[in-house]
Amino acid sequence: MKEIKVRTISDMLASGETPEILFWVGCSGSFDDRAKKITKAIVRILNHVNMKFAILGTEEGCSGDPAKRSGNEFLFQMQAMQNITVLNGYGIKKIVTGCPHCFNTLKNEYPALGGNYEVIHHTQLVQQLLDQGKLSVQGGAFKGKKIVYHDPCYLGRANEVYEAPREVIQKLDAELSEMKRSRAKGLCCGAGGAQMFKEAEKGNKEVNVERAEEALASNPDVIAVACPFCNTMMTDGVKYFNKENQTKVLDVAELIANANDL
Amino acid sequence: MISAIVFLLLLAASVWLFSKNVHKIRRNILLGKALDRSDNPALRWKTMLLVAIGQGKMFTRPLSAAMHILVYVGFVLINIEVLEMLVDGAFNTHRAFSVLGGFYNFLIGFFEILALGVFIGVVVFWLRRNVVKVKRFLNAELNGWPRFDANAILITEMVLMSALMLMNGADQNLQARGNEHYVQAGSFPVSSFFAPMMSGLSDGTLIFIERFCWWLHIIGIFAFLNYLPYSKHLHILLAFPNTYYSNLKAKGEINTLDSVTDVVAPNFDPAYQAKTDPNNPQRFGVKDVLDLNWKNLLDAYTCTECGRCTSACPQNITGKKLSPRKIMMDTRDRLEEVGKNMDKNKGVFVEDGKSLLGDYINSEEIWACNTCNACVQECPVNIDPLAIIIEMRRYLVMEQSQSPAELNGMFANIENNSAPWQFSPADRANWIQD
Ligand code: SF4
Ligand code: SF4
Repeated sequence: MKEIKVRTISDMLASGETPEILFWVGCSGSFDDRAKKITKAIVRILNHVNMKFAILGTEEGCSGDPAKRSGNEFLFQMQAMQNITVLNGYGIKKIVTGCPHCFNTLKNEYPALGGNYEVIHHTQLVQQLLDQGKLSVQGGAFKGKKIVYHDPCYLGRANEVYEAPREVIQKLDAELSEMKRSRAKGLCCGAGGAQMFKEAEKGNKEVNVERAEEALASNPDVIAVACPFCNTMMTDGVKYFNKENQTKVLDVAELIANANDL
Repeated sequence: MISAIVFLLLLAASVWLFSKNVHKIRRNILLGKALDRSDNPALRWKTMLLVAIGQGKMFTRPLSAAMHILVYVGFVLINIEVLEMLVDGAFNTHRAFSVLGGFYNFLIGFFEILALGVFIGVVVFWLRRNVVKVKRFLNAELNGWPRFDANAILITEMVLMSALMLMNGADQNLQARGNEHYVQAGSFPVSSFFAPMMSGLSDGTLIFIERFCWWLHIIGIFAFLNYLPYSKHLHILLAFPNTYYSNLKAKGEINTLDSVTDVVAPNFDPAYQAKTDPNNPQRFGVKDVLDLNWKNLLDAYTCTECGRCTSACPQNITGKKLSPRKIMMDTRDRLEEVGKNMDKNKGVFVEDGKSLLGDYINSEEIWACNTCNACVQECPVNIDPLAIIIEMRRYLVMEQSQSPAELNGMFANIENNSAPWQFSPADRANWIQD
């Protein structure tokens, strides 16, 4: 695999250059071993199209999403204002995020606190690149494979981005299959609302098992996701049914990067 | 003459009682905190048109949508006939609108078909609840009054529609016999099927049936009107304002608490001007109904108890206690309790030692939520149960420091490492080399 090229914003500005876009990596994408692979897939795509992008590096902090959704508005606003101070300090205008939670928070909740940016999710960026012809897919590895797409709540219902990831998947010459509960009716993976960080309440099933069961029903080769948290939950769900050899859980960015051998 | 007086008295009493109850509900809703939803009237009208009048969100479930449209359209249009009944009742006329001639005949015929539609619709609804036992009508929060309420309305509708048909059936016979009070008017595509069965009855019996059904129908309507304020059927009125005042922002956005910004922002911007009044400190989050905003309270009164929200809730589906419908029902019940308390105490609320969070909703329900917005998406009248859940979490965290231990750990990590896990911020970009 080729080496990835990543620069921090401070580095870039110091050499008198400005990035086209800031890549907001997110905590999961920075620290979680599985999610780091997604981050790298996004970077490979950006490198491939020679996009001039930068990351905040160690100056990036948690967007505050899990704090906000747990009701800790203090902590959320502290995080948000810290990040906004950094982003505004660098004069950032456009951001692409690797996580729907960061995407939602930066896009919808930062403006009230003084952070106004054009924020897009990485699946939207990939779709734009495909549309503009800057990126093309050779079908390749996923040709004819059955791919079922799981809508992340914070990309789908929360922000009504349903088509971008699907259009990207369709470029793979794969068979895109839909679950009964999809798009606006998509079922949560079980991670949102800070559930990722705590045990579930008493019940008779885990949410991710319910969702993985539904996704596995059509025996797909791939469960495509667009959120690092969904990725964790669905991966665990697939393992619960001992299907990890038949069905892979992959991010839309990984599908594109793998198909193109980036 | 006597009957006109009795009628007018009944009419006056029912309108008086109804307006009194409406006034109370309005007062209760306005107990909520301020919230500005006056922006973008064009989009608001459009939303109302689409969601309330057009019932746009019902169609994801085609059978109930079709039946509901039938009952809804029938209900609204048949009320035009009730208008005639009001005139007939007050002036002791019979079928006063028949001066409209051919158009009147068409209307009456059309109403009969609608009435048949309504009848079929409510029978299907009744079967779905009581025989088919659709899952979302079985949850525990419907036990007792809510289940009775739902069935009572369905049965009442059946009775009202039957009364209308029976009345027309008797009327037809009387018209055919040339009875002088019963002018030739109307067409009866449905009741003409069973009208011949009544032909053997005497004039007196027919008049009795016709009058009895007329009174039953009109008293039924008065009773229905006054039952609304106690019932989930209030949605037939409140669906309109509730959809008008819908949240127009992206569902993912959770509101910013200005009172918190006032504390946090000065750390970043010394020139920051406070947005809230420091002399009137407000509780963070929601403990009781009076901490909610008026839209939350309007939501609660509008809830149809249909359970679409709960049947889409990932946590409820997997057997957890959380049920967004219950959140809304509890909010209404508690608000009613607060309202009654005020009625008893000359309009002021006297502390009763109870609260919405604690006595109605417990923290186990609140902490189970995925903030996935499925409930908000599904609600046919644009209710937002999630807004209430978030506010309660805020109260538990910021006022009570009562969050689950694992979440406290996550908070500490964010505070210390700027990530929800225990990683050093200095390592944040290490993935590049990994
Ligand atoms: S937002 Fe919460 S209450 Fe509503 S459906 Fe999702 S998990 Fe259930
Ligand atoms: S909140 Fe909406 S979806 Fe839920 S029961 Fe009430 S009306 Fe139905």
